Amino acid sequence: MSDGQEALREPWDSLRRQREAASFGTWLFLGSEALLFGGLMMAFTVNRVLHGDAFAAAGHETNVVYGTVNTLVLLSSSLTMAIGAEAARAELRKPTLIGLSLTILFALTFLVIKGFEWRDDFREGLFPGPGFKLQEPATEIFFAFYWVMTGLHGLHVTAGIAVITWFTWQAWNGKRALRSPAFEAAALYWHLVDIVWVFLYPLLYLGGRA
Amino acid sequence: MMDIQLWPVAASDVATRVDAIVLVLLLITGAIMTLVLVLLLTFAIRYRRGSGARRGELPELVKKEVEIGWTAATLFLALFIFAWAAATTLGDARPVGDALEIHVAAKQWMWKTQHPNGAREIDALHLPRGTPTRLLMTSQDVIHSFFVPAFRIKQDVLPGRLTELRFTPTQTGEFPLYCTEYCGTLHARMGGTVTVMEPEDYGRWLSAQPQGDDIGHEGAALFVSLGCSGCHAGRGPVRAPGLAGIWGRDVQLADGRVRRVDESYLRDSILQPRRDIVAGYEPQMPSFSGIVGEEELLRLVAYIRSLPGGQP
Amino acid sequence: MSDIAAEGPIPGDAQPHQGLRGGPSYLTAEHGLAAWFLTTDHKRIALLYAAALTVFFFIGGAGAVAIRMELFTPQADLLSADGYNRMFTLHGTVMVWFFLVPSIPNTFGNFLLPLMIGARDLAFPRLNLFSWYLFVGAGALLVYALVAGGVDTGWTFYTPFSTAYSQSYVMAAALAVVLVGFSSIATGVNFIATVHMLRAPGMTWFRLPLLVWALYGTSLVIVLATPVLTLVLLLIVAERAFGLPIFDPAYGGDPLLFQHLFWFYSHPAVYIMILPAFGVVSELVTCFSRRQVFGYTFMVYAILWIAVVGFLVWGHHMFVSGQSLFANIVFSFLSFIIAVPSAIKVFNWTFTLYRGQITFDAPMLYALGFIGLFTLGGLTGLFLASVPIDVHVTDTYFVVAHFHFIMVGGTVSAFYGGLHFWWPKITGRMYPDVWARFAAVLMFFGFCFTFFPQFIMGFLGMPRRYQVYPPEFQIWHVLSSSGAVLLAGAYLLPMGYLAWSLIWGERAEEDPWKATGLEWRTSSPPPRDNFRTMPAVDTGPYLYHPDEEGPRHDRPQAHQNQGRET
Repeated sequence: MSDGQEALREPWDSLRRQREAASFGTWLFLGSEALLFGGLMMAFTVNRVLHGDAFAAAGHETNVVYGTVNTLVLLSSSLTMAIGAEAARAELRKPTLIGLSLTILFALTFLVIKGFEWRDDFREGLFPGPGFKLQEPATEIFFAFYWVMTGLHGLHVTAGIAVITWFTWQAWNGKRALRSPAFEAAALYWHLVDIVWVFLYPLLYLGGRA
Repeated sequence: MMDIQLWPVAASDVATRVDAIVLVLLLITGAIMTLVLVLLLTFAIRYRRGSGARRGELPELVKKEVEIGWTAATLFLALFIFAWAAATTLGDARPVGDALEIHVAAKQWMWKTQHPNGAREIDALHLPRGTPTRLLMTSQDVIHSFFVPAFRIKQDVLPGRLTELRFTPTQTGEFPLYCTEYCGTLHARMGGTVTVMEPEDYGRWLSAQPQGDDIGHEGAALFVSLGCSGCHAGRGPVRAPGLAGIWGRDVQLADGRVRRVDESYLRDSILQPRRDIVAGYEPQMPSFSGIVGEEELLRLVAYIRSLPGGQP
Repeated sequence: MSDIAAEGPIPGDAQPHQGLRGGPSYLTAEHGLAAWFLTTDHKRIALLYAAALTVFFFIGGAGAVAIRMELFTPQADLLSADGYNRMFTLHGTVMVWFFLVPSIPNTFGNFLLPLMIGARDLAFPRLNLFSWYLFVGAGALLVYALVAGGVDTGWTFYTPFSTAYSQSYVMAAALAVVLVGFSSIATGVNFIATVHMLRAPGMTWFRLPLLVWALYGTSLVIVLATPVLTLVLLLIVAERAFGLPIFDPAYGGDPLLFQHLFWFYSHPAVYIMILPAFGVVSELVTCFSRRQVFGYTFMVYAILWIAVVGFLVWGHHMFVSGQSLFANIVFSFLSFIIAVPSAIKVFNWTFTLYRGQITFDAPMLYALGFIGLFTLGGLTGLFLASVPIDVHVTDTYFVVAHFHFIMVGGTVSAFYGGLHFWWPKITGRMYPDVWARFAAVLMFFGFCFTFFPQFIMGFLGMPRRYQVYPPEFQIWHVLSSSGAVLLAGAYLLPMGYLAWSLIWGERAEEDPWKATGLEWRTSSPPPRDNFRTMPAVDTGPYLYHPDEEGPRHDRPQAHQNQGRET
């Protein structure tokens, strides 16, 4: 139980209760995040209804290969994250470290691919402003949403990488007990980042190709 | 000493209807306010600490029934006011035939108005008394709002969209016009005067104005210079729907929907031609968004409307 | 707005504050700057918030002073046109996000929530401290935007003015509001988790004091509404910084979409500001009437009703915006519906007085003033919910008066009432009661004097956000500006005698008001861990008298306190 005592913090009496609270608090935060992305997708949908053709034409210009590969990468990272968190709960040190490290690796891969995609988009003139590739004005609104959505999601991925790296580092040198509720909280957050992408993928990449 | 005014002048049909609701609502809310204050004061004095008033358990009746009672009462009262206000709203929104149409364009920080015969005014608007009036408004930059307190009317004026106001002035005189949507540095100075005249006086005033081309004629010139006539006048190589007499009719769209041809439909068709394709035609028209400005749009619409057979 | 942290001497006071039961209080438990700025004690964090909020109350108040001075005459006297626009933007932005939204939750909420439910601290103490730093960081960014040149969009940031036309520091201000939003969300999550997970044994949901319910409802609204504000402000930043034309009408973007998203947050934000005030007033009215609160369960359901329906009425801010007639009618209907729970609360407070043993200490005077002002503010809301009337009075001083009655007459009065009620618990000192009563009465009349004339001039057609105005409105502006002088005095006065009380005030007993809540079952000020031994609860709140008889004036003690120490 010495391990458990390390993970216990004020104002909690028991680790079980503390773990419940961490998970409950994370869920509340995820609810908040859901409204953030929900509002963004709602705004996107309103514009899509207003400018159906322009959005279809613009959606055709996104790079579906990058998008699809990235979807697979991110889904895999969710799997490894789940493995890592479950292993931590069972206090299995090695699988925890492997799971978390793989998650970081996948997440970085996602960002690198996304970076290449953004570079290509930029070169093709898909950033709204002078010299924009498409004629119809509302296509620029589509790409405004594209950059905001992928950018905001990218920020969430980056934050996730920072948090998971920090926890992995602490787990590796023994500063954080494996029983700490932090791993489960991080996993919940990471799944949200993944789910958001699962919504963005069809909106941005498949919408123009239906 | 200036005389203190407590109630604004009511100079339109809308004002009469609004004032009626305001009066009744004032009575109702005044009664509720008085009730609450009287209860608060009575209880506060009667049940001050150590007073001889009877204490003891609350009467059974006061516990549940009173609570349910006032919940229900408030709810019914709220629904009653809502129903009345909503009915008035719907009544005001009913279109009236043969309204005098004035085009209003707002920009930082002035109001530009134009009468059907083309006469223009800045920060001013002359109207004949007793004539149903319809303002068609749009903005060239930020959001403004057209507010004439004496008429009890207000409507935001948006860029990229038409909004309208309907009312009938019922009193002659000069009434202030304000912009009530914050629009930047000189927002507070973006006002003007609405002058309501007897119809004869209005006619005289109007004929004394330097006559611009009327809006429809200006639209006709644009229709040619922008190249619309190349296809829509039925002479060019590209097949496009003719526009004569389409105003006010319903058209069948390619995707099966039906749309009434009005200002907003024509506007959409000029700015986003691919959105509502008329059945039987190819989506070939380029968008004129960014090419025609707001005032030009108003003229084009006026022209199309004036084409023969235009009135249903 | 306590001056406690500004006073600063408490940690190193020559006479250490001893709780009545011995042992150091939270104020004396640890010493030094780090013990304050790195504390995870919810009570100390509440004081940190109080200090920061006091600063912002003065900044926002300075804006109000400038506005009321300028409006004394119809011409422009003191400020340029842009200067005036920046001034009302400053006043609105600071007062809404940096004072009213965090006011009661982050000070009294932080201090009292764990005490009232019998917990040692909030569920996530470090998150609590983090949210204070976010708040201060956001505040610093906002102050930068204001000092660098100001913002002139109004607190509403309407597009396309804010995105394409304003030449001011919109981005910095928007990011500051985004940051303070994160701070709000962190607090909201913390409060909800605390109420769910840390209630003392026996403290069931329907035994919670109404302030706890109010904070719980508020937190739900904060957590679910704030992210939409974050989003919409980020979109403005994206449009300004990177030229992404999300709302730009030139590309077919929809400025009304901005308003929908903005008010989806900002209407619930009104309830974020007023719900905690409801909670505070419920505590005060019941305590000084010595009577069980009338209709406790109805009060709880009213809070939840408001929290839920509050999300569905945002469109009533847009009756003249050009949204559809159908939308106007639906939003009008829902706005009338939400009037009902507020009415329930007013009647219940009033009937709590019935057959009570009422004393008129300062907190009670504030509470009674609150009920009067809130009732008037709420009733004028019925005018605004009726579409035809709203068309006439929206964006005029009528609306300005309406929301000041709710937010200033309501929330700020409740804040001061709460401050006087819990001051002995927070600082362990009593303040001079006569001064406090005088301040409460002055605040009520100063407020009415300032804002009632605005209803009249608004109905006459005086538009809001006008620096220059037609001379026929001057008389009302002069009345309003004169009243504002009284009001300012009423706000400053308590700061004086409360600061005085810190040093010369009488020491407070554990339970100076003979109230029933758990926060009074510990010393004043409480020890670091709140309770010497953790309390258990076996009754509902507010048992000031036995069920079958009324309160007696010869028995000042409450019939039964809510908790006992185990």
